[in-house]
Amino acid sequence: MLYLNIIVAGLLTGAVYGLMALGLSVIFGVIRIVNFAHGEMMVLAMYGACLANARFGVDPLRALILVVPALFLLGYVLQRGLINRYIARPDHEQFLLLLAVATVITASLLMGFGPDARNVQLDYAYDSYQLGAVLLDKVRVLAAAGAVLGAAALWAFFRFTRTGKAIRACADNQVGAQVVGLDVKRLYAVTFGLGAACVGAAGCLMLLLVDVQPYIATDYTLLAFITVILGGLGSMPGALLGGVLVGVSEALSGFLVEPSFKSAFSFGLLILVLLVRPQGLLGRA
Amino acid sequence: MKRRLTRRDFALGAAASGALLAGAGRARAATRPIKLGSLLPRSGYEALIGQSCQRGVDLARKMLPEMGYAIEVIDADTESKPEVARTQAEKLIRDGAEMLIGAFDSGQTFAIAQVAEQNGVPFVINIGADPAITEQGYKYIFRNFPTSVMLGSHGLGRFNDLFQATGTAPKTAVLMVATDTFGQTMLKGINALMPKLNLPFQIVDTISYDPQAKDLSIEVAKAKAANAELQMVVTRLNDAILMVREMVKQKYEPMAIISPGSPGMYQTQFMKVLGKYADYAITNIPWLDPKQSLSRRFEDEFNKANPGEVCTLDAGFTFEGFLICADAYKRAGSAKPQALVEALAATNLPDRVMIGGPITFDAKGQNVNLPSGVVQILDGRPTVVLPPENAEKKPVFPVPGWSQRA
Repeated sequence: MLYLNIIVAGLLTGAVYGLMALGLSVIFGVIRIVNFAHGEMMVLAMYGACLANARFGVDPLRALILVVPALFLLGYVLQRGLINRYIARPDHEQFLLLLAVATVITASLLMGFGPDARNVQLDYAYDSYQLGAVLLDKVRVLAAAGAVLGAAALWAFFRFTRTGKAIRACADNQVGAQVVGLDVKRLYAVTFGLGAACVGAAGCLMLLLVDVQPYIATDYTLLAFITVILGGLGSMPGALLGGVLVGVSEALSGFLVEPSFKSAFSFGLLILVLLVRPQGLLGRA
Repeated sequence: MKRRLTRRDFALGAAASGALLAGAGRARAATRPIKLGSLLPRSGYEALIGQSCQRGVDLARKMLPEMGYAIEVIDADTESKPEVARTQAEKLIRDGAEMLIGAFDSGQTFAIAQVAEQNGVPFVINIGADPAITEQGYKYIFRNFPTSVMLGSHGLGRFNDLFQATGTAPKTAVLMVATDTFGQTMLKGINALMPKLNLPFQIVDTISYDPQAKDLSIEVAKAKAANAELQMVVTRLNDAILMVREMVKQKYEPMAIISPGSPGMYQTQFMKVLGKYADYAITNIPWLDPKQSLSRRFEDEFNKANPGEVCTLDAGFTFEGFLICADAYKRAGSAKPQALVEALAATNLPDRVMIGGPITFDAKGQNVNLPSGVVQILDGRPTVVLPPENAEKKPVFPVPGWSQRA
């Protein structure tokens, strides 16, 4: 039963990792840009939710209504005003641009909020559900439910809306999309906005689980990379699968081997997948 | 009758004038403020503790002149990085710092110690526990903080005092320990000392974890699975918060959480974030002596200057670092490094802030008069509960379960 508890905890955390990585995967899948500022954007969202809580007493789950559109807008403007100019540039210039964006975000957060760790005080922060022998942490359940809902909403958007279908067309064949008259640059901006909105939602949910400080961003960028590479860069279901795999493998290795070995296990898994299936578990070759 | 000035008279007069001038020079040296360079991790991952130490610096600026000491403080930020600590120490010396104080963290302290020794500038360590710092044969380094070996042995030594005072003793314990230098040095010390101290409990499992981890749910699940009566921990701040939060969620209720001497569970943020769940956590650590008059005055001034903050050992030891420097300068009557070092070596300060006898240094520059007290969070405030001669309240052990906290 103890193992079941550990696996469930890993699954729930992994779902949030999945949502965070989904944003990275969507952006890469369509625009073919690797967002090195991904973790920083999530931390920005966490501070947004934290601020909403400190100023107005808004629960991070309700803060989603504010933070997600704000991050969408940020992503949209960033793509429209800055990244679109770099689309045709070499990869290393794109990396440098996004690393610069990441540094600007972290430095701004440091100036605005200082280096202290911040968190939200919630009435239900210490609650847990007992389901038979399984003990479910309430905030983890809420965060995972939010992540699954967010992923489902994104899937529905791509599947059923005209804009979603147009974005998929851009991803499949950019030249073809231009030929049929799609405004590719606008669609790219919408895509980056959607990726940013995903990571914004993940930030609000993550704030339920961890304290925020400017320096944690790099760790999450790295975690998002591991997750999407495991699942398959550009694959939406792959990002979710990667998140769950990382969550469960960290939980089990931490319990069975040594907690300080958790990260080593995730990276080990990454090396294994890169060796055996370089395109990722659900990625296209 | 007019007396002629002889050669002997002239020589005597010259000698007297020389002596007078020299005396005036000494007096001038002692009355002009000495430049003290303060090095603390005020940003970076140790920023919270650095800020906590900084409050001791700010109080030294205010209180020491009132106590008759002349000081001028130059602040520097080590950014929680040894390489920055080194360059900042060099910069302070270039800017005219005559003594250095810092730096909370052993790695940064080591870097500063090397710069201080090379430049012949006295360096007083406020906090920094790595025993090796005072084992290098350095002549300019003085430490008013216990080594990790002292912390471990004094801290573990207090376990039996606690069990005797409360008439309860656990038979098993699980140890959660951070994987940083401090945690691992403490772990070595604990493993070496446990058989010698005749403690009533056995450590049934040791769980090492990353102190910068963002989630400790698995670590706490593992600790709970060990089914031990006592939770022994060597933490930093953020991990201590995460650990207790997870213990509450997982309904893991040992007899108590006790640290044999690590930061985290006595800090303001721990109490602010965890509220009632921070209560009853125990740390065996050197602490402010509630029975000393200077300590009470220091705490009053601290509370006036920092409403809502808790006066901790970080501020206390940092203030003492400045007190030691100012006192040495006053006694030396000179800011020359050699005179300052001699005065530091001869330090004997009975009026102090922390628990323990007078501040003195051994031949290696280590103060050995630094016992640990048992500090328990009671009603949201770190409170000395042992030894009885320093205690404000009686210890609570075993502690109430999470659901029984008001």
